Amino acid sequence: MSKGETKLLQKERLEDFLKNLLNDFDVFGPVKKGDLLFFDRIKLVDDIVLSKRNTVNSGKDALFPQSEKLFAYRHGEKTIEISSPSLHRKNRVLFAIRPCDARGLLLLDNVFGGSLKDPYYCDKREKAVIIAMACDKPDPKCFCHAVGGGPCSAEGSDLLFLDLGDQYLVRAESSKGKTLLKNKVFQRMNKAARAKADRIEKEAEQSMNNGALKQARIGKDLEKRLETLFEDSIWDDIAESCIGCGICTYLCPTCHCFDIQDEAGQTTGERIRIWDSCQFPLFTQQASGINPRPSARERFRQRIMHKFCYLPQNVNLSGCVGCGRCVTECPVNLDIREVIQKISAREDT
Amino acid sequence: MSQLTHEIRETARGLLRDGKVQVVIGYECGSLPLRSRPCFIRKEKDVEQLVWNSFCEPSLPRYLPKRKGSVAIIAKGCDSRALVELIKENQITREHLTILGVPCEGMVDRRRIESDIGHEPIINVEEKGGNLIVRTSNSEKTLTRKEYLYDHCMVCTHPVPVVYDVLLGQPQGLKGSNDTFSDVEDFSSLSPEKRWAFLEHEVQKCIRCYACRNACPMCYCPECFVDASRPQWVGKSTELSDTMIFHLVRAFHLAGRCVGCGACEQACPMGVDIRKLNRKLQKDVTDLFHYESGCSLEEITPLATFRTDDPEPCMVEP
Repeated sequence: MSKGETKLLQKERLEDFLKNLLNDFDVFGPVKKGDLLFFDRIKLVDDIVLSKRNTVNSGKDALFPQSEKLFAYRHGEKTIEISSPSLHRKNRVLFAIRPCDARGLLLLDNVFGGSLKDPYYCDKREKAVIIAMACDKPDPKCFCHAVGGGPCSAEGSDLLFLDLGDQYLVRAESSKGKTLLKNKVFQRMNKAARAKADRIEKEAEQSMNNGALKQARIGKDLEKRLETLFEDSIWDDIAESCIGCGICTYLCPTCHCFDIQDEAGQTTGERIRIWDSCQFPLFTQQASGINPRPSARERFRQRIMHKFCYLPQNVNLSGCVGCGRCVTECPVNLDIREVIQKISAREDT
Repeated sequence: MSQLTHEIRETARGLLRDGKVQVVIGYECGSLPLRSRPCFIRKEKDVEQLVWNSFCEPSLPRYLPKRKGSVAIIAKGCDSRALVELIKENQITREHLTILGVPCEGMVDRRRIESDIGHEPIINVEEKGGNLIVRTSNSEKTLTRKEYLYDHCMVCTHPVPVVYDVLLGQPQGLKGSNDTFSDVEDFSSLSPEKRWAFLEHEVQKCIRCYACRNACPMCYCPECFVDASRPQWVGKSTELSDTMIFHLVRAFHLAGRCVGCGACEQACPMGVDIRKLNRKLQKDVTDLFHYESGCSLEEITPLATFRTDDPEPCMVEP
């Protein structure tokens, strides 16, 4: 954990802290629905389920929803009335988001809050407080450390929680975090807790199963490798089992491609923004009838190129934060870690 | 290594060695516990990748339409039924296909195991006899395999493939369930409001990733109606009206064709009960047309025929 103002929170006081949050914010966090864990809006403290596993969807949904109204219109015979959605919502807290997902928000910030500001995203983002829960027991499917993150990384977070057993170590990483840390539920830090935190953090990092990615040399080497392999036949092998669904992109904390649709009625209508996926043929279908990415080979390649070549080159950020969702949720277990490994090991042809 | 895995490998080896097929489509170990995944074996030396276990869930027939050349494919009971329907719908050529039938004792619901194991990530799973030994970093639990089978496996009527060129393993003693559709009857006995509320609750979870459709062996339309853009038939949002249309129309398209393999539900990351609608239509087709999909290569499919005495329970007398 990097340095910042640090306090302790006894686990029995967590409920009080969450109650305070629910009074002041719209709170999003991990909730159980059926057998599955989702990151969704929380109404009651009891809704929150703190698991060592990550949620099926990522925290991006709270700031970049799948379907979002941009404006609505109504026209009479000679008039047209346009109404924007209300932008003054309650501030949001993303509670117990994982460090990988918090880091993913930095990429979304770059896309929607860069030189051209997207008001819909920025309105929610600027008011949002990100409270991350460090992974003291990383899931074997995760690989955040291989893409520049870490199980206890605070990148993208305002507050970072680390589970010490009977209490949490809580550290402020921004002024928003510091404000929250003023809450009386937090106690002063002590030496024993500090030592325990250091040990847990070290163990978490060491435990990460990086077998599949040891040789992959993610970074400049991979970028160059990908550029030279654009037309390589390796993509045929890699994409052979891909069924072309949108799971990997929709559940990804950094994927941000969208489509704009006009839902027009007779006199009223709405313009909406919805997620789109490079894995769908329609994504690149042109009006002429031509599709420049006609098969899974080109579409799968685009996903890998965008994450590991174009984004690092263009904005100096990794398009992958190693959350492992695309690994676990892929219906055919097409593992992005193995894909990277294959690409790195590919000899020049 | 199980006896079946050994038989699969040796059969695949023989077929490739003799040049009878160009590729064997089967399963290999996945990269995670509880997962096996499709693999495409083209060289004799690679047959060692092939495995058979309780996690061979993805539907392989979905890889066949439009595929060129001679192919051997591993087929469970449900997969063989999908093959039958695909052959009847002229999507695959029987002569180009070598079906390696595998008697199936049901596949294990990985999500249910994860949920029951609790908050700790699963590190490894071992199959021993009728048990699954599931290990996390600090615990080991022995689960009874049969209690964790997928719902669709519990009502499987044909665990032994109905069509094959080679039948591997031991089909003796494997009996299909006598599917009485009691789940559908329970659902049908609810009030219309309750049934609609159930469908709303399920469909609201959908994120329109189309994994259900793409994993389905029977969904092979060159252009799905939801992807049509000129004209666009369906809205693209995740509003209930849009997602509901997708699921309802897809269910209708699968009437009399769905083989109940459960590929849709296995693929769905959001836990949508997609089978409810498919099962209802499956029951209707069974009751009205006495047709069980994928069981015979000769029987004409209900959607491909018309008889003047077809039942029409939907008609209301004036």
